[in-house]
Amino acid sequence: MIAALKPFEAKSERITFLSMLAVLVVMLLLNTMVGEGSALHLPAYTLGNWGKYLCYAVLAMSLNMLWGYTGLLCLGQCLFFALGGYAFGMHLMLMTVDYGKVPEFMQFMGYHELPGYWYPFYNPFVAILAVMLVPGLVAFIFGFLAFRSRIKGVYFSILTQALTYAAAILFFRNETGFGGNNGFTNFKYLFGGDLRTIDATRWLFAASGILLLLVYWIIAWLLTTKFGKVQLAIRDSENRIRFSGYSTTHFKLFVFVLSAIVAGLAGALYVPQAGILNPSLMEPKIGLDIVVWVAVGGRGTKLGPIIGAVLVSALKSYTTSAYPDYWLIILGGLFVFVVLFMPDGIVGLTKKTWAKYRKKEVPA
Amino acid sequence: MNPLYRDTNLVLSAEGVHRSFDGFKAINDLNFYLSEGELRTVIGPNGAGKSTFMDIITGRTRPDEGTVKFHESDGHDIDLTKLPEYKVNRLGIARKFQTPSVYNQHSVFDNLLLSLNRPRGVMKGLFYKMTKDDREEIEEVLETIRLHDRRDELAGFLSHGQKQWLEIGMLLAQKPRVLLVDEPAAGMSDEETERTGELLLSLEGKHSVVVVEHDMEFVRQIARRITVLHQGHVLKEGSFDHVSNDPEVKEVYLGRQAHG
Repeated sequence: MIAALKPFEAKSERITFLSMLAVLVVMLLLNTMVGEGSALHLPAYTLGNWGKYLCYAVLAMSLNMLWGYTGLLCLGQCLFFALGGYAFGMHLMLMTVDYGKVPEFMQFMGYHELPGYWYPFYNPFVAILAVMLVPGLVAFIFGFLAFRSRIKGVYFSILTQALTYAAAILFFRNETGFGGNNGFTNFKYLFGGDLRTIDATRWLFAASGILLLLVYWIIAWLLTTKFGKVQLAIRDSENRIRFSGYSTTHFKLFVFVLSAIVAGLAGALYVPQAGILNPSLMEPKIGLDIVVWVAVGGRGTKLGPIIGAVLVSALKSYTTSAYPDYWLIILGGLFVFVVLFMPDGIVGLTKKTWAKYRKKEVPA
Repeated sequence: MNPLYRDTNLVLSAEGVHRSFDGFKAINDLNFYLSEGELRTVIGPNGAGKSTFMDIITGRTRPDEGTVKFHESDGHDIDLTKLPEYKVNRLGIARKFQTPSVYNQHSVFDNLLLSLNRPRGVMKGLFYKMTKDDREEIEEVLETIRLHDRRDELAGFLSHGQKQWLEIGMLLAQKPRVLLVDEPAAGMSDEETERTGELLLSLEGKHSVVVVEHDMEFVRQIARRITVLHQGHVLKEGSFDHVSNDPEVKEVYLGRQAHG
């Protein structure tokens, strides 16, 4: 127990964690306790949007585990997110019709009977297990082959991009059985509750917030362990750590699978909040979006991915409605700006400025 | 085994090793024997196969032919050509790279902590707790490499020479039987070079050390027994004077350096 509290020994760490918790609680309270007429009221629509941003933030944190701390730039993190989403989406689709009946989208594709592998997904806990197992297993197989063959750097990145692209093509096909390009939509019930109510929005927001805090905790804890030190050592000098008796293959595989599981969980919570799931989520450009989030917020920092994901998503949401034609230009410009002027992202820049203010040197 | 070495206490022996890359014979019928506690210097012109040979011993490159054996103290022989790098290392064979390789974002102390020869699996990493022994071992190495007062600084802030020492310290922390040290004096000032030489000499007897070096002044300082590699083959072996006066060696290496 004490080891688990280690990340929060420092006062600043405790403050950060509690601030995040406070922001989440206040947002929830502004929706539930403040009346609709008040200027402080947070509309359900906004709360729902922020619930999605929290899932994005967890997704960004999962990439940061790989790219930020281990030096593995995975361009296919969206695949694990989507796989988690599909596994949970199967349960949600089954909840749209009576037991044993075929969901509507399958009827269109000519199914008269529910395929056998759908039945376990009637149980929401089996679905949650699959949310972790499916992305974890894909990551394990891919990672095992890639790391054992010493594929790294840009080759690893390109392969992960190819992987998610191939998966997208597979899922776009109707024969694959997951709704083709229409995917899953019109979700109705979860745990007996109606997803179309404001209560569902609040619960899902809360669940996303809890997942975010939990993942933050796990990452913070990992960084205090020797495992976390090995991770950073792999990033900085893989040869050295390999010739110091560590199997970098095992360590990288462990991080890769863990990050896929985290991404899968984020995807599972995202799907009921987005209300729709289709294979466009697996397209390479989504994988690149996640990289931009992490880069903007600050690669290799605990808070960076959260800030980056929320900020860029909020900006996207605003821009696509206010200036729909300019979003991609703004995104591209933002990325170029970050690469050129703030290589360590918002968090890195803040730290540097703070250190300069206090006249302390910061590690390059 | 070569009858000459039958009675010596060997730690490492390589016999009939061949390795070529795209037709280029990097290692050509190489035989090499290293005794317990010996300090050996390996010299040779560029492309003589020094680095490839180190790669073969440490499991980074596989030989096309030949045997490379590690002789355990209990008389057991272990074939090094079948093991991955991390397992070779766990046997007690430590290697220092040509360019200093340290973990820039870790403190000097943590660099050494990661190098201790403790269980190094994933799960052990998650639940490792530093013991008093671990701390003492690290302190001891810090003294040896004279980085005691910089223990909490990030390794990235060290000077080039200090990084070289830190890496040597990281090898010592592994408590290896064999140290393979690739150009330890590269990029060092004269004073640093001399101190590095003293450090390596002080290891003699406690570890078997193989030093690959270019700098002939430095070689003269640390020379005990010298192996001259040429075209992937051992050209000569012997004392500094013996080797440096050898006409063949002068021809391929010293002579060329003197002229060029």
